[in-house]
Amino acid sequence: MTYIAKPRLRHPNLKANKFGFTHRDYEGAVSTLCAGCGHDSISSAIIQACFELNLPPHRIAKLSGIGCSSKTPTYFLGNSHGFNSVHGRMPSVLTGANLANRDLIYLGISGDGDSASIGLGQFAHSVRRGVNMVYIVENNGVYGLTKGQFSATADRGSKSKKGAYNRDAAVDMVMLAMELGATYVARGFAGDKAQLVPLIKGAIAHRGAAFIDCISPCIAFNNHPGSTKGFDYVREHNEAVNRLDVMLPREAITVDYQPGEVEEVTQHDGSVLALRKLADDYDVHDRIAAMHHLQKSKAAGEIVTGVLHVDPEPDDLHANLNTLPTPFNKLAEKELCPGSTALDKFNAAHR
Amino acid sequence: MKPTDIAVPDYFHKVVDCQWACPAHTPVPEYIRLIAAGRFDDAYMINWTSNVFPGILGRTCDRPCEPACRRGRVEEQNLQKAEPVAICRLKRVAADSKGDISKYLPMTPSQKNGKRIACVGAGPASLTVARDLAPLGYEVTVFDQDPRAGGMIRSQIPRFRLPEQIIDEEVGYVIDRCVTFRGGVRINSMKKLLDEGYDAIFVGTGAPRGRDLDIPGRKEAGKNIHVGIDWLSSVSFGHISKIGKRVIVLGGGNTAMDCCRTSRRLGGTDVKVIVRSGFDEMKASPWEKEDAMHEGIPILNFLVPKEFVHDSGKLAGVVLEKVEAVYDAHGRRTLVPTGEPDEQFECDDVLIAVGQENAFSWIERDCGIEFNDREMPVVDETTFQSSLPSVLFGGDAAFGPKNIIWAVAHGHEAAISIDRLCNGEDTRNRPSPMVNLISQKMGIHEWTYDNDISNELRHKVPLREQKIALKDINVEVELGFDQKLAFDEAQRCLNCDVQTVFSSPLCIECDACVDICPMDCITFTEDGEEQELRERLSAPAPNLSQDLYVAGALKTGRVMVKDEDVCLHCGLCAERCPTGAWDMRKFLLNMTHAGPGCRSRK
Repeated sequence: MTYIAKPRLRHPNLKANKFGFTHRDYEGAVSTLCAGCGHDSISSAIIQACFELNLPPHRIAKLSGIGCSSKTPTYFLGNSHGFNSVHGRMPSVLTGANLANRDLIYLGISGDGDSASIGLGQFAHSVRRGVNMVYIVENNGVYGLTKGQFSATADRGSKSKKGAYNRDAAVDMVMLAMELGATYVARGFAGDKAQLVPLIKGAIAHRGAAFIDCISPCIAFNNHPGSTKGFDYVREHNEAVNRLDVMLPREAITVDYQPGEVEEVTQHDGSVLALRKLADDYDVHDRIAAMHHLQKSKAAGEIVTGVLHVDPEPDDLHANLNTLPTPFNKLAEKELCPGSTALDKFNAAHR
Repeated sequence: MKPTDIAVPDYFHKVVDCQWACPAHTPVPEYIRLIAAGRFDDAYMINWTSNVFPGILGRTCDRPCEPACRRGRVEEQNLQKAEPVAICRLKRVAADSKGDISKYLPMTPSQKNGKRIACVGAGPASLTVARDLAPLGYEVTVFDQDPRAGGMIRSQIPRFRLPEQIIDEEVGYVIDRCVTFRGGVRINSMKKLLDEGYDAIFVGTGAPRGRDLDIPGRKEAGKNIHVGIDWLSSVSFGHISKIGKRVIVLGGGNTAMDCCRTSRRLGGTDVKVIVRSGFDEMKASPWEKEDAMHEGIPILNFLVPKEFVHDSGKLAGVVLEKVEAVYDAHGRRTLVPTGEPDEQFECDDVLIAVGQENAFSWIERDCGIEFNDREMPVVDETTFQSSLPSVLFGGDAAFGPKNIIWAVAHGHEAAISIDRLCNGEDTRNRPSPMVNLISQKMGIHEWTYDNDISNELRHKVPLREQKIALKDINVEVELGFDQKLAFDEAQRCLNCDVQTVFSSPLCIECDACVDICPMDCITFTEDGEEQELRERLSAPAPNLSQDLYVAGALKTGRVMVKDEDVCLHCGLCAERCPTGAWDMRKFLLNMTHAGPGCRSRK
């Protein structure tokens, strides 16, 4: 918790983006989370990603549930739309919002409690429906707001701050998302922004259900030697399968790679995901092989990070429902309500 | 890069830009905080200890601290106009608002140490030497040709900028308390003075001779052509109280500004300043030019005086040649005539303020003091000793005209040399400053200083109504900040002396400091060479005069790099640090003055 507001003054030579905004213009209120919280790092990565993608803040909607993670939308994108919903219900509210106005960029911010416990069902259905969104789980493995009980993503055998062992199996959000058909799946780490910012940019550029599991150490309750989600542990066991660079549409490709090293995936908005392989045998398009790799790595005690799966031709909820390209909230009453003659005709067809 | 060694006093001293720039190294943020706290006596005494003349300097200082002030850099691109903290005028507030401080002044011991020191000239340099040495038991005698002490402070600075009682008070703290002052005594022979057997002689005679202009008509019209500094001192001592209606001041330094503004008050209604150079290259401080123009005095540039026109001895005007600045390949400037016809300005009086010179005719060249080819004594820049070790020079007498604060700084250094000399120690061995670095943490988000950053613009000093100000030469123009304005201005200070101190072993590299830093000063990255590193920080660090703070030995093998350039010292890095790897510590540096502290430990 910090008492003074972050000073308005900024570095005189900050870079500005297409709109003349600096990254400071994408900030929100000053964080009230504990000092050093991984969530604040993720907020900062979101700020950086939106700045670099030249996103107009008023075209973004951020939605969240309840928990430390769900507080964070206050701390970034202060000029965007926001909705702090009920515990675990963010995916449903987001789905509804997306149906009403498909033109916005939706950021769903959740935590391991919000998404892997109370909201597990909600999470599952929004992913399987392919809602066009960026779903970020700020995963710290504990219930920080209630003083550090194990959450559903805590690894079996890991230790609490007080010394108790976790005997329950962990919910693996990445495996679930893969299984349920998310078309962009990634895992990042709050302690590595160089990796995380492109992962978020790639997710925003992706049209479809994009899911990022972001390991976010809880400084107060889960950053100790027995934890599997602390800074030291994650840094020691981190196995990145690739490095991502996101190139904006019409942006000259500046990254210089050896041929064959890089795979480019063009997104529907024209931006390009350039994936530099770090693990030779890892194919981000082969969902089944990827899930196999993830299982094996997990058994070996590795934490696999990077872009884990991306479908080059994703479908989303609106495509599946065959909705109009115009957002519903832009349609007038006449278009939304065809009148009693049309209703009679429709009803007659079912008699 | 090599990790920064913060134990070297210079490292954090440089971060306190104002203190580093001040020749006397006054701990500026320390006294500004005291002003904000309403502790004016304490703020005054910090100044008095360091620069001897706070009330005088608070009105007249050349303020090298202000162009250096970090506030001026951080406001760039942020506020309508980027300006430094009004350090000089805050100093004045401490002097104006203090109570009786005589109880804090050092006592002169009744038991003397048997050493006798002579100071020639009673200006700021000599008075500083006297102030530093007399409380140690030295018998100090100060000589001046004028009956009253103060030197150029009294003779050349007009009263509307510096009221006489301020001079009396602060000069009095030295002269009345601890030294023998022999006013109205002109020293005409160094040899004679040497014969009097002083243990050391300090020469602080300033640069008392105004440069003249030897152009046609100078002699003939001499009755109405005056040398600026002589004229100013005649005004100061009441010998002159009138000038013609139309006055031309030749020259572009601060003396020229004092001349024209004084003329406005002695009957000059049409006063102009004419300079050879361009307006921007004038030697006068920008604020002094502003003050002059504010009083309706135009400044005409690129005009070189060619001739004084007179009507059988009665001055009629000045002929001026139009020039322009031409720069050669090395950037050196020459003023070249434009070829346009000369201009003539009519006038009743001319004041020449084109520079000052030293005058050492009273020092016999065979008395053992070496002089260089410019007729200046050869003076050691560290010890201020001449080739005769017991004769020291300081202030304008040492290296030519500078200003009061430089004279004070010279005085302190010369006093150290004298003290070491009289104790049989090597004067080349200089004492280190007293340095202190202490955590300012009071609680989780509590610091001993106000870390919230004010967004206010620099406050203007209220002025007296011009109608009244121009009527009387003794009426001070600037009214000074009142205590409310002083508080608001003091809050603009960034407390650059409260340092961000980093401890690698405590850092867990969570990025909290990087994310919260409002100025993007902090970066965790791979090590590299400085030049290359400066380009890939969170925000580029092109200001090479500001250091990078580098700390290594982090778990990931990276280094922490902090660009000191535009740090707000808001302490948010330390507030957001979960492990206390960042701490805010106050760096207090006091220069060591003459006394036991400046001597070698035995």
